Amino acid sequence: MANTDKMTITICMGPGGIASGGYEVLSSFESALKEARISADIKDRCTLHKVGCLGLCAKDVLVDVIINGSKTTYQYVKPEMVQRIVDEHIIAGTPVLEWLGDEDYHKFYEKQMKVVLADCGVVDPESLDSYLAIGGYKATEKVLHSMSPEDAIAEIKKSGLRGRGGAGFPTGVKWETCRKVASDQKYIICNADEGDPGAFMDRAVLEGNPHSVVEGMLIGAYSIGADKGYVYIRAEYPLAVERLSHALVEARAKGYLGKNILNKGFNFDIKIKLGAGAFVCGEETALIASIEGQRGMPRPKPPFPVFCGLWGRPTVINNVETLANIPYIITKGADWYAFFGTEKSKGTKVFALTGKIKNTGLIEVPMGITLREIIYDIGGGIEGGKALKAVQTGGPSGGCIPADLLDINVDYESLAKVGSIVGSGGMIVLDEDNCMVNMAKYFLAFTQAESCGKCVPCRIGTKRLLEILDRITRGLGREGDIELLQKLSKDIKAASLCGLGQTAPNPVLSTLNYFREEYEAHIRDKKCPAKVCKDLLIYSILEEVCTGCGVCRRACPAGAITGDKKKPHKLNAELCIKCGACFEVCKFKSVNRE
Amino acid sequence: MQDTLDKLLQKFREDGGNLITLLQETQDAFGYVPKEAVYWFAEQLDLPASRFFGISTFYAQFKLRPRGKNVITACCGTACHVKGIERVVNAAKRELSLDDEQDTTEDGNFTLEKLACLGTCSLAPVVIINNKVYGKITPEKLNKEIKAIKKEKHG
Repeated sequence: MANTDKMTITICMGPGGIASGGYEVLSSFESALKEARISADIKDRCTLHKVGCLGLCAKDVLVDVIINGSKTTYQYVKPEMVQRIVDEHIIAGTPVLEWLGDEDYHKFYEKQMKVVLADCGVVDPESLDSYLAIGGYKATEKVLHSMSPEDAIAEIKKSGLRGRGGAGFPTGVKWETCRKVASDQKYIICNADEGDPGAFMDRAVLEGNPHSVVEGMLIGAYSIGADKGYVYIRAEYPLAVERLSHALVEARAKGYLGKNILNKGFNFDIKIKLGAGAFVCGEETALIASIEGQRGMPRPKPPFPVFCGLWGRPTVINNVETLANIPYIITKGADWYAFFGTEKSKGTKVFALTGKIKNTGLIEVPMGITLREIIYDIGGGIEGGKALKAVQTGGPSGGCIPADLLDINVDYESLAKVGSIVGSGGMIVLDEDNCMVNMAKYFLAFTQAESCGKCVPCRIGTKRLLEILDRITRGLGREGDIELLQKLSKDIKAASLCGLGQTAPNPVLSTLNYFREEYEAHIRDKKCPAKVCKDLLIYSILEEVCTGCGVCRRACPAGAITGDKKKPHKLNAELCIKCGACFEVCKFKSVNRE
Repeated sequence: MQDTLDKLLQKFREDGGNLITLLQETQDAFGYVPKEAVYWFAEQLDLPASRFFGISTFYAQFKLRPRGKNVITACCGTACHVKGIERVVNAAKRELSLDDEQDTTEDGNFTLEKLACLGTCSLAPVVIINNKVYGKITPEKLNKEIKAIKKEKHG
């Protein structure tokens, strides 16, 4: 290894990286390098830093070793592996081949197109200098030095960027409307109340590259004429709060926030408001009420927040991912951005790919990519060789896309056509072992609990929907339930005040549309085809297969299994609580479930 | 308690008076939102106590009762749901002898909570035991951890 080589080691400290032991790996590297640095040729040439989510969370902890710009990735790194990586790769210059990212790893990145996440995983999220080194705040400089607010808005409009929080409203149009409203005070709010269960895009962006969001807000504030901004962020994301707070302190110290930014006479500062845990606060007017210190209940629109928002003043609310796109659009140009995507859905979109898929993680793809490419090329297919059943997108407001529609394009319009939505970007893969009635019930239970209670269709309608679904999954479904679900869903959608109620029936409608036979099996045959709904299952022991090992007897919490050693056991159905423990532990498949 | 309340109230007045922040800080200080604190604030600020309870029952974050010494939080996000968190929760409930309405054990040693989504879906199903994240959890693994904590207390 030449003495002039520059080396960087980066360690994934996204949500997945930390939970998999990222900090332990980091400190192992620190101590191993400390020893290595005693020899002069390693000293000063090797830097170590933590980065945000690298994407492929399934293989965490991910570590990149970058020597003179060429990157080698290690997967599943554990603290005890660190010494060997340092000895053989850092010092002797030979990568440890068996620990390198495999074919899956490379395929995972091949079809992705990273804009928002481009610097997540490169930049040190706790260092403004690191952000500046990759061209950070260049967009702010460009806007403040050479663009009028109208120019900036025109550029964003031209890029075709649409709100990434779910509704897909054109960002430039929102800014322009707010710009034109006359007021002595305006606000910009970053909505980081990522409440969709199964989605963590915003968390990853805030933890991986917080300055990109600050910069997006700055440019937005300049464009609409606001001097105060708020980030409304979930309290459940402590690390994101910490990194963002740190970013604000550093930005203030360097003069990117505060009074007279870059000597251009523009004032702007940002405050953090912690959300207290309410899904409905993702709705704009509810979010505003929450920042004002009240119960987060939506109010009728119009007036829209761009006219009458926080404390009655014109307010723009943008989602984290939307804002993180802004600096890249400004520096690289609207045409560059609009090159990606489809005619009506421009640019890229970040998705959280989770569920029964091999490569779970965070992906960014051009709009219009097919669902098949996402699931099989990027995601590596279904876990454990099972059959794909459906892909759920858009969280509790979205729907399920069945396996035979896999070739649709993923963009706002195409997903809407099949009864789902892009939403904020949760993408949950379901296999043959998932029951669609149970999925609908899961989402309804969520929206029912999160309904703020202000309007009757949502408050009572979701409750009744949930009761019917619950009845069906417990084997008490009746003829006519399906029609009742459909009618009730239609009424809730039509009559609810805000987006929560208007979209709450979507999971029911879309599963009914594509998986009606599963509902019928529950109602007519009292069977759950996927063998999920507990009350419809019957467990028994196949005496001709049972070896009498006694594992199930010990696992049974209800004492329902009896039998002598090495003789077939028996299961008493009256005592059975249907927990499934025996089914899980039996190595001989002698527990029958139907 | 009184000292803390005084400080919280003073800070509330200086910061421009946001009730959610006041309740969040009260919970940080006591681990939950004590009724006595609410009544005292209500009187000092000449606001109806219902305003405070309205907020603290609206948002999931606020706890109106003290939590157990050990807190187990089960993530019930979609990814965890499809990967079977329900079975994990049910097994833990049996291990802790909690019925459907209870979240804290009689001896105040454990609290079992559910949370909408932690955003670590790649590790699903996920639980947090006393601020430490456990990914790919199974009923057996969680009950083993619970038993270990129980043992610590007695041993």
